[in-house]
Amino acid sequence: MKGLRKYIDSIKPKFRKGGRFAKLESTFEAFETFLFVPKKVTSSGSHIRDSVDLKRTMIIVVVALMPALIFGMWNVGYQFHKAMGTSVSILADFWFGFQAVLPIIVVSYVTGLAIEFISAQIRHHEVNEGFLVTGMLIPLIMPVNIPLWVVAVGTAFAVIFVKEVFGGTGMNIFNPALVARAFIFFAYPSEISGDSPWIFGFDNNLSGVDGITGATALSQAAAGHLESLPSLSDMFFGFIPGSIGETSKLAILLGALILIITGVGSLRIMLSTIAGGVFMTLIFNLIGANNYMQIDPLTQLMMGGFMFGTVFMATDPVTSSQTASGKIVYGFLIGVFAILVRVFNPAYPEGMMLSILLMNTFAPLIDHVVVQNNIRKRLKRLPKINTNVEPK
Amino acid sequence: MKGSAAKATKAFSMPEYVAIKPADFNNVLPRLMVNPGDRVKAGTPLFKNKYDERLVFTSPVSGVVMEPVRGDKRLIMEIPVKADKNLVYEEFGHHDISSMNAEDVRLLLIKSGLWTYIRQRPYDLIPAVDATPRDIHVSTFDSSPLAPDYNYLLKDKLVFFQAGIDALARLCGKKVHLGLDGSTDNNIFSPVKNAELHYFKGPHPAGNVGVQIHHTIPINKGESVWYLNPQDVAMIGKLFVDGIYDARRTIALTGPEAGKPAYMEVLAGSKLKTLVEIPDQGQHLRIISGNVLTGDIVSTEGYLGYYHHQLTIISEGDYHEFIGWAMPGFKKFSNSRLFFSWLFPGKKYDFDTNYHGGHRPLVMTGQYEKVFPFTILPVYLVKAILAQDIEKMEQLGIYEVAPEDFALCDYVCTSKTEVQQIVREGLEMLRKEMS
Repeated sequence: MKGLRKYIDSIKPKFRKGGRFAKLESTFEAFETFLFVPKKVTSSGSHIRDSVDLKRTMIIVVVALMPALIFGMWNVGYQFHKAMGTSVSILADFWFGFQAVLPIIVVSYVTGLAIEFISAQIRHHEVNEGFLVTGMLIPLIMPVNIPLWVVAVGTAFAVIFVKEVFGGTGMNIFNPALVARAFIFFAYPSEISGDSPWIFGFDNNLSGVDGITGATALSQAAAGHLESLPSLSDMFFGFIPGSIGETSKLAILLGALILIITGVGSLRIMLSTIAGGVFMTLIFNLIGANNYMQIDPLTQLMMGGFMFGTVFMATDPVTSSQTASGKIVYGFLIGVFAILVRVFNPAYPEGMMLSILLMNTFAPLIDHVVVQNNIRKRLKRLPKINTNVEPK
Repeated sequence: MKGSAAKATKAFSMPEYVAIKPADFNNVLPRLMVNPGDRVKAGTPLFKNKYDERLVFTSPVSGVVMEPVRGDKRLIMEIPVKADKNLVYEEFGHHDISSMNAEDVRLLLIKSGLWTYIRQRPYDLIPAVDATPRDIHVSTFDSSPLAPDYNYLLKDKLVFFQAGIDALARLCGKKVHLGLDGSTDNNIFSPVKNAELHYFKGPHPAGNVGVQIHHTIPINKGESVWYLNPQDVAMIGKLFVDGIYDARRTIALTGPEAGKPAYMEVLAGSKLKTLVEIPDQGQHLRIISGNVLTGDIVSTEGYLGYYHHQLTIISEGDYHEFIGWAMPGFKKFSNSRLFFSWLFPGKKYDFDTNYHGGHRPLVMTGQYEKVFPFTILPVYLVKAILAQDIEKMEQLGIYEVAPEDFALCDYVCTSKTEVQQIVREGLEMLRKEMS
């Protein structure tokens, strides 16, 4: 450890202003702080600081994503072998999925981090940790047979136009991972629409093999084929085709547990989103005009990316509402709109994505109302107390 | 946190030097009223405020005035007085508070220099000598880390404390609000008269006067509430009873590196060198006048702060930690549960001054709110200050707060934002705009 530290200190001057590699200062700093927590001490304000920093926070989110990722890898192999009509060991399924998913993760990280490093250097900032999470989220909400170049283009678009243009981590209005998916969804609809099978190694034409359609639950429901929906338990445990990380609700709930215990994810948003979803579904159940409207709330929650979006996307602290009461409204409306979009617009089976992006737009408005409310309350107490003082 | 003071008081010993640091006050520019070499008594005026020359600061000690220490642009940083062996006091005469009116009390406080121990919200500064407050509020307990226990400090000085409260009640024409620690049963302040008692319970910042005012009667635009430290109230009491400015106070020497943490009786503004022995082992230590959340850095050549009743010694955290963000963190304290240390509540920790991370834009939400017991939205207030939007600051309640109320926000911030400094700048901006 000491040797490494000495080496870093010895090459440091080269990366400072005027040094040979001054252009790589941000990059150097990123690696240095990755290896060693900086020795910077407080100079003003509180003399002691909490041990937490953004690196720690972000890494916890990545850890929370691990169950979904690992299960997703296994499921990729499982779905493939199921479609082929064969069955292999759990490890073999996992290994197959691992090989299929890893390139997507690598492409997402390399593309995104390259852009982050370059823009940090342009601004002379430290490299921000935000992309650690985004880079993991993007693969998890992609179908496994997505072409790698599409992943790269989507990631680049999201990082440049959604994040860096607004000023980087903490400044963006929309969730970059979701925008990456939305971008791909609208720009390359054939790759991601959910109509074609999401099983690795199968393109559209091969989908009929052995009577397995490979279609996702959402597209089945949108087409009105309620009878061909997977069973509830399959959807809960995740033995269904779908985006890599979204299928197993169990794995997602494990992640949710980590986020809630550590306090990184907002329980408030998660609960209110689910409440919103259930509320809207119940209204549709009452109307019951078509098959889709009759799906019970639990099935709605289990289908598609609702849970994944609730736990990992809606709770993004940067793009969600920031006030406590605002978070409840924000989450509730996400749930409502997600179901609304699903049921009314079968062309976009994944309502969750669009719903969260829509509410990202409105989050500042919700906060504004909360803040104005706070201001009004403060103004209200003004005359009351002043009249008490005046008689003197 | 480790290093709370043992309940034993070291007897008073006369420091070699005592100094007043004008930087301890906001909006004060000193104009000297004595020359170096002059002989002063405790209570003799040393300097007045150029912005309001009626405001005088008096010497806490008798002795010989030294050459003032100047900083940038010849700004006076310290006005030291070389102390005599024995204290000699200016006589202000005995007073019967019940026969005095508000004006008499005011004049005596100004003349003796003890007016300077009163501070006001908003703006967190010494009130103008002709101002009247809406209320006077005294918090009788300090909830910050390792803070001194005033129940212990003032147990023999309760008579003076009562006299001080009487004088202050006379000054503002109504009962003084007293904030009491609701978590102990035998509170020495509960029999205090001429005061409205309010009990507060909870973790820091329950003892902060700002929090207590907010939960008693909040401050609105145009109002001002004055507040004092309980030991300073007793000092004012002594002025009226005995007719002297007796600046002796008991402070707590605390912190994990303090050696033997204990209470000691000292003079306000004492030089630290004669107070504490710093083990010189090449170890990087930081001496803080005040507590770890709001105090000032001082060296052993420096002096105890004017409003400080505590010294804290912790180690400087200037070390590198190998991939610290990935370690399980059993030994790291955090307000969050991001480290495994949350599984062991009640454990005490050695804090140091490491930032534990780099500065970032604000990402996490809901953190400040957890440690900020006001009906104020802290993040929006901080953002309004950063945007220099005076109107928004007023609307969001800046009149109620002082930087110390944001100390815990400073502490918990994942993005390492200097919240206290931002709030101080905001208050200064507002004060200049309003005057």
